[in-house]
Amino acid sequence: MPELMYREALNQALAEEMERDANVYLIGEEVGRYNGAFKVSQGLLDRFGSARIIDAPISELGFGGLSVGAAMVGLRPVVEMMTWNFAILAMDQIVNNAAKLRHMSGGQLRCPIVFRGPGGAGGRLSSQHSQALEANYAHFPGLKVIAPATPADAKGMLKAAIRDDNPVIMFEGERLYALKGEVPEGEYVVPLGKADVKREGTDVTIITWSRMYYFCMQAAEELAKEGISAEVLDLRTLRPLDEEAILASVRKTNRVVIVEEGWALAGIGASVVDIIQSKAFDDLDAPVERVTGLDVNMSYAANLENATQPDAPKIIAAVKKALYRQGA
Amino acid sequence: MEAPAVASPYSKDLLLTMYRKMYLIRRFEERAGQQYTLGKIAGFCHLYIGQEAVAVGPNEAIRPDDYMLSAYRDHGQPLARGSDAGMVMAELFGRGTGYSKGKGGSMHVFDIEHHFYGGYGIVGGQIPLAAGMAFASRYRNEDRVTVCYFGDAAANQGALHETFNMASKWKLPVIYICENNRYGMGTAIARTSAVPEIYKRASAYDMRGEPVDGMDVLTMYEAVKDAAAWCRAGKGPVLLEANTYRFRGHSMADPATYRSKSEVEEERKNDPIPKLRDYTLKQGLAVDADFERIDEEVKALVDAAVKFADESPEPSLEELWRDTIVEPGEEDVRPRERVLGVKVTNWPKYPTGQELKVTWDLEPRAQAELADKKAGLSH
Ligand SMILES: Cc1ncc(C[n+]2csc(CCOP(=O)(O)OP(=O)(O)O)c2C)c(N)n1
Ligand SMILES: [Mg+2]
Repeated sequence: MPELMYREALNQALAEEMERDANVYLIGEEVGRYNGAFKVSQGLLDRFGSARIIDAPISELGFGGLSVGAAMVGLRPVVEMMTWNFAILAMDQIVNNAAKLRHMSGGQLRCPIVFRGPGGAGGRLSSQHSQALEANYAHFPGLKVIAPATPADAKGMLKAAIRDDNPVIMFEGERLYALKGEVPEGEYVVPLGKADVKREGTDVTIITWSRMYYFCMQAAEELAKEGISAEVLDLRTLRPLDEEAILASVRKTNRVVIVEEGWALAGIGASVVDIIQSKAFDDLDAPVERVTGLDVNMSYAANLENATQPDAPKIIAAVKKALYRQGA
Repeated sequence: MEAPAVASPYSKDLLLTMYRKMYLIRRFEERAGQQYTLGKIAGFCHLYIGQEAVAVGPNEAIRPDDYMLSAYRDHGQPLARGSDAGMVMAELFGRGTGYSKGKGGSMHVFDIEHHFYGGYGIVGGQIPLAAGMAFASRYRNEDRVTVCYFGDAAANQGALHETFNMASKWKLPVIYICENNRYGMGTAIARTSAVPEIYKRASAYDMRGEPVDGMDVLTMYEAVKDAAAWCRAGKGPVLLEANTYRFRGHSMADPATYRSKSEVEEERKNDPIPKLRDYTLKQGLAVDADFERIDEEVKALVDAAVKFADESPEPSLEELWRDTIVEPGEEDVRPRERVLGVKVTNWPKYPTGQELKVTWDLEPRAQAELADKKAGLSH
């Protein structure tokens, strides 16, 4: 299987879906002649022309809303947000229009649209450019929210998102784009709403998504050296949550650590804890631990930035706490 | 009867159709207001009384398959388009037989069969949607236009400015009709706007913009006929500022004490409905009896609409779990089929991704490259 960078996997998904369906277009800042701020759309303008790869003005609300309108009447837009920080300006169109059209129209309209772009910490960019905002969108009925960690999932889930008849919010990552992984060629579609056990284990379940997945895998390798077998469950889709997969893993290991880049309060992890405590309380041998971003704004200084985010040592410590092996 | 000095360019049929629709809206709204005070309608309910010409003139000037959408003051446009009055009233009543099964209410009337794409409750939020619908028409090489209504106060939303820029740059076939009724809730537009003449804002985007007498249905008709031809010819968007007036408060909850009695009385003299009636009579195209007959028919229709709504059941509780997410293979709901059992034949249909050939060059490459060369950039 060929190895591709995350950004190349996305590029492949876009090109394949645009080839397959002329209703699909890509719009966003710098997606055309500049080939994308993160080069996800490399080469697509030459291949598909200026009506399908559209360089937008810096008007997130405007081109976001315009694309919701196009989706209402049969097109399948992919809207690239240069980063999710900027998409906050488009939130009205996503939340009040895209997520509610089917409801307000009593089932007359559908809104097949994908909003995608990088989320999470950018890397020495300070607070306005470093935020994990997926919990905000996961809050809204009418949306689907995905956050693939690997290049293969990025490809398969973007293809599924484009084919989905609902608005899909896709969180990529500035620091994921250059990561490499094996990616199946051609028709490879990963269904939305399905979590994936990325590493099997028996002693503890580490639940995560997006970039934190890599810290979790690193922690699991370290823990293995100490004889602790950690299962890593990659949620991949944050709305709807794959309850079945979460509960199956909890019932197997009886101990859980949830790792989330964003803030703890009203985070996705809080909802996962709620599912576990209400449906698998008797299966738990210890309280569920959470590792999250600190409850502060992200700083520019390297040491402050690092300290703000979860990392492998923090995850290892949380696992040991869940195993009552602190100080061991 | 005296012969008119100049023969009317309008047919009797067109004039009576416009009269009937304006009177239907008037009567419907009067009854809706009354039902609100009886507690049959709740929440926000914004009446269209006084603004009827702004919905009816444009609707007669475009094709049935052109798109239309509006803000939350949205009972008039679907009635002009031909929506079932009973089902619109049922939506206001929150009944399962409403166009949106009672999920949307007064502010969210949608009738896709008649190409009415909804009422939107966030001020200015529908403005980008309309550009996107026009974008889709252009993308598919259709000669359809989109007509989008918004209020005077919505002109101060960023959404409008972002959208006008794109619509003009990409020459999208969209007609924006600003319903300038001079107030956003209780605030006179001039109090919050540096440029209270909304049409002038089009000039910032090199876009056609004109004021129109929104109290005259024929003027509205002509303006939109012309604008639609302009749009269909690929010349880009048009902004029409329809100067109009709402005879009632902002919503049923508003006694409108911020306006003087004399101002309202003065404006009522401009009532678009008697104006059209007088014109038609003067042209000798109809007699009093024609109007009396129409009035009676409309009254009966609206009575039946209220009765239909009142006798309709609330939506079933299972409806809670429908219409949030589209499941694979799920069809769209066709309201008149669902409620009245009639076969809907003009539901919009679009080419599949394999049938569609996109030929539009949104930013012609040759032109862009030439500009780059001039700027000393290489390729
Ligand atoms: C974004 C937003 N802000 C505020 C409101 C509350 N609101 C509803 S209607 C309205 C006035 C709008 O006036 P205008 O656009 O002139 O339309 P009109 O009601 O006169 O038809 C306001 C402030 C809202 N619905 N949406
Ligand atoms: Mg107003």
